[in-house]
Amino acid sequence: MTKELWKGNEAIAEAALRAGLESYFGYPITPQTELLEYLAKKMPAMGRAFVQAESELAAINMVYGAACAGARTMSSSSSPGISLMQEGLSYIAGSNVPAVLVDIMRGGPGLGNIAPSQADYFQLTKGGGHGDYHPIVLAPSSVQEAADLTYGAFDLAEKYRHIVIIAADGNIGQMMEPVELPAPRPIEKKDRGWELTGNLGRPRRIVTSIYLQPEVLHEHNVKLQAKQVEIEKNEVRFAEHWLDDAEYVVVAFGSSARASLTAVKWARAKGIRVGVFCPVSLYPFPYARLTEISKRVRAILDVEMSAGQMLEDVRLAVAERVPITFFGKMGGMVPFPDEILPEIEKMVEKK
Amino acid sequence: MINEHMQVVFDYPDSFTDVVTHYCPGCTHGVIHRLIAETIDELGIREKTIGVSPVGCSVFIYNYFDIDFAEAAHGRAPAMATGIKRSLPDRIVFTYQGDGDLAAIGTAEIMHAAARGENISVFFVNNAIYGMTGGQMAPTTLPGMKTTSSPNGRDVELQGWPIRMSEILAQMPGASYVVRRSVHDPGNINKTKKAIRAAFKVQLNQAGFSMVEILSSCPTNWNVSATQALKFIKEEMIPYYPLGDYKVADAVKSLIVG
Repeated sequence: MTKELWKGNEAIAEAALRAGLESYFGYPITPQTELLEYLAKKMPAMGRAFVQAESELAAINMVYGAACAGARTMSSSSSPGISLMQEGLSYIAGSNVPAVLVDIMRGGPGLGNIAPSQADYFQLTKGGGHGDYHPIVLAPSSVQEAADLTYGAFDLAEKYRHIVIIAADGNIGQMMEPVELPAPRPIEKKDRGWELTGNLGRPRRIVTSIYLQPEVLHEHNVKLQAKQVEIEKNEVRFAEHWLDDAEYVVVAFGSSARASLTAVKWARAKGIRVGVFCPVSLYPFPYARLTEISKRVRAILDVEMSAGQMLEDVRLAVAERVPITFFGKMGGMVPFPDEILPEIEKMVEKK
Repeated sequence: MINEHMQVVFDYPDSFTDVVTHYCPGCTHGVIHRLIAETIDELGIREKTIGVSPVGCSVFIYNYFDIDFAEAAHGRAPAMATGIKRSLPDRIVFTYQGDGDLAAIGTAEIMHAAARGENISVFFVNNAIYGMTGGQMAPTTLPGMKTTSSPNGRDVELQGWPIRMSEILAQMPGASYVVRRSVHDPGNINKTKKAIRAAFKVQLNQAGFSMVEILSSCPTNWNVSATQALKFIKEEMIPYYPLGDYKVADAVKSLIVG
């Protein structure tokens, strides 16, 4: 296979089609719109369902319906749109149906701006909607990784009958990089025992999230939580760079990790033994691995495009074993390597 | 015991389950449920029909029907039905929604389902009140009508006017069949059933969006007896919400006859 130059949003859309995406429901919002436009162009000609919904609220509820019908389905949006979708995500989680969502994150709060951001970490990983649940949240740091994670997201969603969110900052959605796309897969139709297709030759099925009896809802939640425990056991993903001999570590994901990698390369050239720890699954967060690392380094620098949202999970993992410093940029600003390098040097001086 | 001298003249429709109702005495949700179940039986579509239930008194409609059912978030049933129908275009998909669900929190979803000509059937039960939460003012509460959130009667100067959804949706080019019926007496119950059948037939013929608005009673929250409630529909609701066919597109006229 040869590599081709792809824009992030379009590579994600094409990867979803190749994974067997049957239906897409979305609403235009910058900086994810090319994703919707790409599918608008491709899906009707392939005989697959594309609907531009009247709102993100409607879009996620269409996804909810399609998921109940057993279809490989997804939506995509950007931060303010994801806020609107939290209602539907809570229902999808409460009803045990699989769905994929792509969030091309932009600056907030409020209308914010259309520049890249990572400030959706809280609303994506901590549930966002009401009730006890965490979607699986995967954060790519390149266009290639965005395509690969999207391609695998549908299997993952179906395995756990859960939400999988691809959390890419606006950089990943907008930039072009060489990509090797995965091979197209046929759409597989099989009855898995829960989808609503009409009760021909079988007892009726009901997909719901309402359980009025507190004892029954408690038991329902116990089952949902058991699923979360399985996810936490099996789906932790991260990348590591130059950690073998590292005395210092930068923790960052997405575009922040890309910029940190360059800064760390420069720091290494100056003789600082520093590495990068890059969580890919933001939920489940790689607590155990980061705890291990924190036991053998002298200090940790957390770099984010937010006021420090992942920082809370980093602190949980590190538990005050070593000092943690933070460098964050907000408002759609991207941390540049020449800004991160001095932060690495400051971390080293402090020790 | 049934012997050779007896015959069954009245029974549960096949599409019904044999369970005790949760609806209040005198509420007409049960009548409307039965009309839908009988129609599903008569059209022979039970095994390919998927219902979408609303939030409100009829949230548990799926307990009464022996068909596949999904439970939607408040107001989002038309969006959810869209997702199901687009995934399974050869199945019959209907929503059952109350006035708070369809005419307040879910106005965007119902308007755009109609605008898209979404090939689903909507049964809109208008009883002019929020029943499940205990009798608050609905988007369809009549002027002057007392509710727990309009205790002195709906003051249109402060609380606005009730919405006539059938009249609004009939203007949508994508809507093929939009009618208003009532279940306050046997003659109107029969007419309602015919409209439900027509709505399903529109969908079976892939002819676009269909909605039957049904005026329904809520003796509990209207604070009246069951018979007074039926009288209220006839004397108070119908003048504001006239019964009739608001949209029967030319393409579906032939489906409606008989």
